[in-house]
Amino acid sequence: MFSWLEKNPFFFAVFLFIVIAYAGIVEILPDFADSARPIEGKKPYSVLQLSGRHVYISDSCNACHSQLIRPFKSETDRYGAYSKSGEFAYDRPFLWGSKRTGPDLMRVGNYRTTDWHENHMKDPVSVVPGSIMPAYTHMFKKNADIETAYAEALTVKKAFNVPYDKEGMPKLGTWDESKAQVMAEAKVIVDQMKDQDVKDAFARGEIRQIVAIIAYLNSLK
Amino acid sequence: MRPGDALSYDYTVAKYFMYTTLVFGIIGMLIGVVLAFQLAYPDLNYLAGEYSTFSRLRPLHTNGVVYGFMLSGIFSTWYYLGQRVLKVSMSESKFLMFIGKLHFWLYVVVILLAVVSLFAGVTTSKEYAELEWPIDILVVVVWVLWGVSIFGLIGIRREKTIYISLWYYMATFLGIAMLYLFNNMEIPTRLLTGMGSWLHSVSMYAGTNDALVQWWWGHNAVAFVFTVGILAQVYYFLPKESGQAVYSYKLSLFSFWSLMFVYLWAGGHHLIYSTVPDWVQTMGSVFSVVLILPSWGSGINMLLTMKGEWNQLRDNPLIKFMVLATTFYMFSTLEGPILSIKSVNALAHFTDWIPGHVHDGTLGWVGFMTIAAMYHMVPRMFKREIYSKSLMEAQFWIQTTGIVLFFASMWIAGITQGMMWRATDEYGNLAYSFIDTVTVLVPYYWIRAIGGLLYLIGFFMFTYNMVKSFSSSKVVEKEPQNASPMAA
Repeated sequence: MFSWLEKNPFFFAVFLFIVIAYAGIVEILPDFADSARPIEGKKPYSVLQLSGRHVYISDSCNACHSQLIRPFKSETDRYGAYSKSGEFAYDRPFLWGSKRTGPDLMRVGNYRTTDWHENHMKDPVSVVPGSIMPAYTHMFKKNADIETAYAEALTVKKAFNVPYDKEGMPKLGTWDESKAQVMAEAKVIVDQMKDQDVKDAFARGEIRQIVAIIAYLNSLK
Repeated sequence: MRPGDALSYDYTVAKYFMYTTLVFGIIGMLIGVVLAFQLAYPDLNYLAGEYSTFSRLRPLHTNGVVYGFMLSGIFSTWYYLGQRVLKVSMSESKFLMFIGKLHFWLYVVVILLAVVSLFAGVTTSKEYAELEWPIDILVVVVWVLWGVSIFGLIGIRREKTIYISLWYYMATFLGIAMLYLFNNMEIPTRLLTGMGSWLHSVSMYAGTNDALVQWWWGHNAVAFVFTVGILAQVYYFLPKESGQAVYSYKLSLFSFWSLMFVYLWAGGHHLIYSTVPDWVQTMGSVFSVVLILPSWGSGINMLLTMKGEWNQLRDNPLIKFMVLATTFYMFSTLEGPILSIKSVNALAHFTDWIPGHVHDGTLGWVGFMTIAAMYHMVPRMFKREIYSKSLMEAQFWIQTTGIVLFFASMWIAGITQGMMWRATDEYGNLAYSFIDTVTVLVPYYWIRAIGGLLYLIGFFMFTYNMVKSFSSSKVVEKEPQNASPMAA
C-alpha cells in the first residue's frame, strides 16, 4: 500500500491528512461543550478592565508572567487557590503564559494594591530589590484605547452571548453610557495614584494606560 | 526536452530564499542575544524606549527565527531539491515560476509587516501565532502559494515515485495549514461593531478551550515544522553529501507514518496540571513518550547511513554539521518526552529548562541542519566552491560551544528555579520569596547570553563564508558529485 501511495501523490496527501488530523479531532472536540461554562459568580470584564487587558497583551506581559495556578501546595501557598476551568470562561484569549520569569498573576488583585502597581510599573527595583523587570513608564504617558475595548465587549456580547447587561452582571449599555461608567471606575484608581500627569490627564478626560492596566490587575482575584 | 538531454534546474527562487535565510537568521538571532543579555543586565531594556523591552522583543525573536530564518531555509531547500528529486526544472513551467516568485515576495512582505506590527505591540498574545487578523490572511495566501508550488511541481514530474523528503514537505504543508486555520479563528471587532481599532480581533475560543487549541498549534506547529521540515532536508542532503544510500527504507517508512500518527497528540503536554481534562493531559504525556520511537527511528536511520564511512566525519565539515544536527535531534526528542512525564513536568514547567530544551533543538538540530543544507547547495547553485573550509571548522566549534553553554546553563537554572519554588522550611512554610528565585539565576543568564553570542558569531562567520562563495570563490566547472568542493 505504501509504495502505491508513493506513486499517487494525491491519495498520499489525502491519507496523510487524515493520519495527521485525527488526533486533534479526538483530543479537542469532546472538551468544547463542557469546559466553556463560567464558574458560579464569575463576571465578564468591565470595559476599563478589558482595555487594561489589551495593554497587558500589547506589552506581552504574558511572556514573563503566568496566570495559571497549578494544584500544588507550594503554588497555592504562594499565589492562592488553584485555577478552575470555569474561571477562564470570559478570557479571550486565555493568558496562562508558558514561562515564569516573574511570579504568577492570576490572583494578584488579592495581595497587591493600586499604589504598589503604580510604583512597580514606574521603577520595579524600588519595590522589589533585585527585580529584572523593565520599567513601563510609557504607560503613564499614553492613553488607553477605551473605544476598542468597548467594541470588543460588544462583539462578545453579540457573538458569544457574554452576559453583559444581564442582572447582576456588568453594564455595557450604549457607548456614551459606557464612557461615563469607565470614567467613574477610573476615578477610583486615579484618586489612589500619585502621578500628577496621570491625574491632570484624567481631569481633561483622558485615561492613561497605567490606569487601565491597574484596573485589570486589581480585578484578578 | 528530448530524452537524453541533461536537465538544467532553475534555482532563482531557491537563491532568493537563501538570502532571506541569512538576513532573517542574523536579525532573529541578534534579537535573541539582546534578550538573553537583558535578563542578565536589565538596563539593556531601555535601548529604544517602550519598543525594546524584553516583553516587546520576545515575540519578535521567536517569529523572526521560526518564520524568518527557519521557514526561509525550508522554502529554499524545497525550491532546490524539489526539482531534483522530481526530475523537472522550474523553468519548464512559466506558471510555477510565477507562483514561486510571488510566494517569495509576498512572504517578505508578511515578514516585514510582522516586524512592524510586533514592534508596535499589535499582538494576539498567542505564542507563535501573535499576528493580528489582516496579516493572518496574508499568511494563509503565502502558504497556499507554497502548496501550489509543491503540488504543481509534483503534477508535472518525470520521476514517478515520490522521494521521502517530499513526503515530509507535503506533511509540513498539510499539517500547518490545518493547525493555522483553526488556531487563528478570530472575529475582527471593528467589522462587527464599526468602532475601535481596525487591527483588533477577539478569539473564537475562550479560556480552557482557547488554551487547548493554542497548544495544539503552539507545540505541533512549531515543533512539527522544526521536526518535519528539517527531516525533509536531512533525508536528502546527508545521503547526497556522503554518497551513501539511506540506511533503511523500511525504517524511513515506519518513522514517517508513525510520526504523523502520533505527533499531534503531543500538544497536550503543554497543559499538564492546567484546567484541561485529565485524560487530555495523560494522553499528551503518554503520546509524547511514544514519540521517542519515530523520532529515534529517523535519527538512527541517518546515523546508520554513515555506517562504514565515519572517516568522512573527520574530513568533511559538512558531514560534521549534519551528524551533530542528527545527534541533537535525538537528544532533544529524548528530552522532550522526559519533560512530558507528569512528575518532571511539575518541576520543569514555567522554568528556564523549557527555553533550554527548545534551544538545544533549534540551535543544534534546526540551525546546524539548515546551515549544512545551505553549504551543500551553494556550490551547485552558484557553480563555485565553498570559500573556506577552515572557517567552516572554526564556525562549527564556536557554535557547538555556544549550544553547550546555552542548554547546560538553562538546565541548571531551570532545576534550581523549580526546586526553589517548592522548597519549604522545617515548619512547612515556603522557604524562598519569588525574587530569591530570580536573583539566583543571574549568573546562569550570563552564561546563556555568552553561549547565544558565540552561536551568533558563528552565524556571522557562516554568512561571510556564504557571501564570499557567492561572489569570489573558485568556479566549479562540472556539477560536483557527493562531497561539496571547498577551498582550504
